[in-house]
Amino acid sequence: MNSPAPLPATPESAPDYRIHALTGAATGSTRDLSGPLSAEITAAFAASPDGEIAVRSVDVNIPLLEKNDILAERNRGYFLGRGLTALNLVSSPGAGKTTLLERTLDEFGRQNRCAVLVGDLETDNDGIRLSRPHAPVAQITTGTVCHLDAGMIARAAQSIDLDGVRILFIENVGNLVCPASFDLGEQVRVVLLSTTEGEDKPLKYPPIFKSANLVLLTKVDVADVLGFKRDVAVENIRRIAPQAQIIQLSARTGEGMAEWYAFLQARAGRR
Amino acid sequence: MHEVGIMQSALDAIRQQAVNHNATRVSRIVLRIGTLAGVDQEALRFAYEALTPGSLADGAVLEIETVPARAYCASCRTEFGAGRGFIFECPQCHAFSGEIRAGRELGIARLEFP
Ligand SMILES: Nc1nc2c(ncn2[C@@H]2O[C@H](COP(=O)(O)OP(=O)(O)OP(=O)(O)O)[C@@H](O)[C@H]2O)c(=O)[nH]1
Ligand SMILES: [Mg+2]
Ligand SMILES: [Zn+2]
Repeated sequence: MNSPAPLPATPESAPDYRIHALTGAATGSTRDLSGPLSAEITAAFAASPDGEIAVRSVDVNIPLLEKNDILAERNRGYFLGRGLTALNLVSSPGAGKTTLLERTLDEFGRQNRCAVLVGDLETDNDGIRLSRPHAPVAQITTGTVCHLDAGMIARAAQSIDLDGVRILFIENVGNLVCPASFDLGEQVRVVLLSTTEGEDKPLKYPPIFKSANLVLLTKVDVADVLGFKRDVAVENIRRIAPQAQIIQLSARTGEGMAEWYAFLQARAGRR
Repeated sequence: MHEVGIMQSALDAIRQQAVNHNATRVSRIVLRIGTLAGVDQEALRFAYEALTPGSLADGAVLEIETVPARAYCASCRTEFGAGRGFIFECPQCHAFSGEIRAGRELGIARLEFP
């Protein structure tokens, strides 16, 4: 942009923005002004001897973080500081999150201390299903809110004993839309797609799959009975989420569970 | 759905910038928003209309620069425009790319103070 020398009154005080001074008459900035400010500008023009008024145009480049993002960053720091890996499990209602975690706590959780935060709109049912003497669990009932947010996680994480915990599972509210926009401060986002859903789910709900680090194709034991085409589902996942690792498993038969535990083991070792 | 929160934090940041630049009003706000930022521009403008009256941005012009999505193909070592959808397919080798190079921007690009 062509502009006169910067105003001496506004020196560059931060490296991340630039300042250039422009004259109001030339910029067009004042043309489509309306409301209270237009009166102010008109008055400034009237008061100006040469018919020009200064408008300072400042290139700022400020990223906008919502409150949730700020809290999520805080959670991430807290988790890293404690040396634990947090996983956010997201899926449609009933894709098998709780069942997977039950089995994971019973097998992987015996050698590796795990904790669970589980969100549902109502009831403690999932929290009760997940309760084990060797794993702290907290239930978050969100009432009307269709997703977990970083503030809920911060509070719930304080309510359980995280001493020695290596893996923190967060079971999100069953919903494939809203949880995509809410970072919880997790290191790993896991999206579950069950064989009782359509193979085209990733194409229908791309944002959540795009944000996944790992996609679990669940309930593969019933795939054939249901006529669910695994290869088509995998191809669709790859199209939307080429960045994501894919594991096919069944929490009922145990197929694929070893691969899931290996994934957990690898992530838990990473600091 | 979270556009109000975004606009709220924008106004907070603008208030801070106004203080830094000895201004009491802002006359133009330019936001830069990528097509993958998950922000609905209509909802954002609505939030703007709702939140600005009586604030330092009362009557200011809100301009939104849209940043188109771009992805990178590792095998061809090229960047390509990713179109409107969520499938980023390399136009040369047709591989799917998960490496987003642009389109997630969400921020204030420029401010004008009278
Ligand atoms: N055949 C089969 N059924 C499964 C499997 N995993 C879960 N299910 C069944 O799927 C249903 C839902 O499982 P949940 O684990 O409660 O699903 P969820 O994702 O936690 O559900 P919400 O918390 O309500 O979103 C239950 O009836 C499970 O028995 C599996 O691997 N194979
Ligand atoms: Mg559940
Ligand atoms: Zn290519």
